[in-house]
Amino acid sequence: MSDSSTNQVSANFSDYKPALDNNAALAESNRCLNCYDAPCIRACPTAIDIPGFIKKIASGNLRGSARVILESNILGASCARVCPTEELCEGACVMHDLDEKPIDIGRLQRHATDPVVFNGEDRPLFEAGSSNGRRVALVGAGPASLGCAAELVQLGYEAVCFEKADEPGGLNSFGIADYKMSYETAIKEIEWVQQLGVEIRCGQEVGQDITVEQLYEDFDAVFIGVGLGGVGPIGIDGEEIDGVRDSLEFIAELKTKPKQEVALRGKKVAVIGGGNTAIDAVTQSARLGADRVYLVYRRGPEAMGAYEHEQELARKDGGIFIYNTQPVEVLGEDGQVTGLRCVRTETRHGSLEYIDGSDHVLDVDYVLRATGQSKLTSLLEQFEGLAIEDWGTVIADEDGRTSLENVWAGGDCVSGGQEVVNAVAEGKRAAQSIHENLQGER
Amino acid sequence: MADLSCNIAGIETPNPFWLASAPPTNTGDQVMRAFDAGWGGAVWKTLGEPIVNVWSRYGAVDINGTKMMGLNNIELITDRPLDVNFKEIREVKDRYPDHTVIVSLMVESDPDAWHDIVQRAEDAGADGLELNFGCPHGMSERGMGSAVGQVPEYTRQITEWVQEAATVPVLVKLTPNISDIRYAARAAKEGGADGVSLINTINSIIGLDIDSLEPQPAVNGKSSHGGYCGPAVKPIALNMVSQIANDPDTVGLPISGIGGVSTWRDAVEFIALGSSTVQVCTAVMHYGFRIVEDLKDGLSNYLDEKDMTLEELRGYSLPKIHNWKELDLNFAVNAQINQEKCIGCGLCYTACEDGAHQAIHAERRDDGRTYVEVKPDACVGCNLCSLVCPVDGCIEMVEIPNDFDPCSWEDYTENDGVLAPRPEHQ
Repeated sequence: MSDSSTNQVSANFSDYKPALDNNAALAESNRCLNCYDAPCIRACPTAIDIPGFIKKIASGNLRGSARVILESNILGASCARVCPTEELCEGACVMHDLDEKPIDIGRLQRHATDPVVFNGEDRPLFEAGSSNGRRVALVGAGPASLGCAAELVQLGYEAVCFEKADEPGGLNSFGIADYKMSYETAIKEIEWVQQLGVEIRCGQEVGQDITVEQLYEDFDAVFIGVGLGGVGPIGIDGEEIDGVRDSLEFIAELKTKPKQEVALRGKKVAVIGGGNTAIDAVTQSARLGADRVYLVYRRGPEAMGAYEHEQELARKDGGIFIYNTQPVEVLGEDGQVTGLRCVRTETRHGSLEYIDGSDHVLDVDYVLRATGQSKLTSLLEQFEGLAIEDWGTVIADEDGRTSLENVWAGGDCVSGGQEVVNAVAEGKRAAQSIHENLQGER
Repeated sequence: MADLSCNIAGIETPNPFWLASAPPTNTGDQVMRAFDAGWGGAVWKTLGEPIVNVWSRYGAVDINGTKMMGLNNIELITDRPLDVNFKEIREVKDRYPDHTVIVSLMVESDPDAWHDIVQRAEDAGADGLELNFGCPHGMSERGMGSAVGQVPEYTRQITEWVQEAATVPVLVKLTPNISDIRYAARAAKEGGADGVSLINTINSIIGLDIDSLEPQPAVNGKSSHGGYCGPAVKPIALNMVSQIANDPDTVGLPISGIGGVSTWRDAVEFIALGSSTVQVCTAVMHYGFRIVEDLKDGLSNYLDEKDMTLEELRGYSLPKIHNWKELDLNFAVNAQINQEKCIGCGLCYTACEDGAHQAIHAERRDDGRTYVEVKPDACVGCNLCSLVCPVDGCIEMVEIPNDFDPCSWEDYTENDGVLAPRPEHQ
């Protein structure tokens, strides 16, 4: 690959929401009206005092601004990049009613938090509370566990995350579209959280390397923040052929390897699914240089789960959306994918039916599954007596309390799949609940 | 297009937009380029015994991300040789005979020194003279500038000296760094001034760099008080202009208005309060000579729209400036919120609740929006909500008619005036 095309692929992954310079941040922060009972705060799952932090940027109090954000959301630097702000805070901004652009809250949040989280701190903004002698184990080291652990250490707990992967962060590290946030950025943020006193033990799978009983024995409480599993086979012929992949695996690979190693120049890709992960797979395939990228979705556009602004992004990247189409077989030659056989569908009386004679083949080299993550049932089953929904998510109340005493849960393993910001919020709430509960025991 | 030509103190000028005596009029090249751009006149950067300037000279106030809402300077008068300045003035006048060149002057308090420089300025072709009795920094330490303008006797005396030699109209540039501008204007008039220019800059410390804690503009870690100007000072200037225009002792004295004029709208205000011409500096230092195109175009469109001449606009609003005791206490207004336009930001609520009279009710509606409404029995019509509202035309102040006759404080206290009922304080 020539230097210029290598550079182009790298440029394709430059920041979707780039940093603001000081003057731009000042101008944007001054555009914020500073609403009474601001709707953006209510739209934020972590309820950040958004006008508060924005006006601190306007006054030049960046440290204070970062404190306001990170007090509410310890992964505020990530969320500045990866939150679907169009659907949350920015979507609620009253500027829409003025037919003006909403305040660029995400980028302002980045402006405030980056210096604290990424530039090293002479005077730490937060520190661990004085030890209360209690210990909490957290299963997984994704956003839910990090949100929970960071809160716990500030309350004086020892918080230890057991992470089966070799690096922490879960989907926040490995599953975010790379043009929103790089792997390195996510990891650096976690290092900052660790400086606060959160302990993360990677390569430690609960059930394999440490038993649930051991956790119960060694810790006063357990938080389950394991997220979800991979995107499993959809159950059609030919899925074993080389070139059929879990889109999350694909995203993790492109985030952690040099882009030229994973470039898709000249290739054709079909992504199966209609959610935000499918969109991520489409945009990133396109940005890796693929000639043609299809998004194959079995229902119509109105049923797609992906956010409208994300769909727009994929269309701008050249993604071709094929609706009402169901893949039925992956075709291959010499062990390599050569096509995806599909049929057209229609919804009759509420149920999806194939249209006879609508068989056709998409000429593709790769098939990426984005049809929904599996549940980590076997892991959850090790928590004997843990109540689980029929569809495999953990049953927990608003504070993350599960059916087991001293076991809390939060994040995607409870919600079935939401945003990073939701996971952080749930982790933090669980920490407060754990604290209330353990304090009460004294 | 409205006729913008005008006359001030006998000086005919193509339009009322003059460059103030300042860095934009430092050289003949600048003044000629300004005339090409459309400026009607220029007041040459003050001439006197050449001085030596410091290097770091300007400092600015930025407000909410908007640059240079206020500017200050510690620059002194011209630092170029007098003969060079006079040669360039001659050249400008030769090439632009119809444009106005006023020469600003400042020399030591000695009649001979004044007679001499007046003669040289007139020889160079000056259409008028402006006596700089205003600069609050540097020169004042040497007994010039505002050191003169702050003492009415000095102002009168030097104006008299100048008039002994001058054959062209003389404007006296006044300093706002006094307690009552009218005394300075009266003194100038008594000394024989043909008009006054105001305001010169306001004495100021523009601010500190709070990292180094050094005052700005910093000269090797130190600074000095300087002259403040720019959009931020306009209200002060408007008041002083109107005071002189309405003062029985100086009524009719031609005024060249100065202080934060950036747009034609500002010019309309200065002219409606009695200015014959306006002088501009900071806006040109920010955006260049080209701004005169819209100054003229906007003023012309305005006059056409109002079906007014420039002469008719001049002083139009002066009769509307009164002492507070003469204002009608029975004229009632209330805020009225247009719910169709309201975006639910709640700024009016916060402002009224904390900063005014607790006259707005706010609640969160089921759809999550903030709903606000005015409590008529509490609203005192102060305007604050309409001032903070970000939506054009959303909050209007509407008159609440009553059956009471107008009643001013004067009427009330001296003439048995009757007050209409007012909202009760809770």
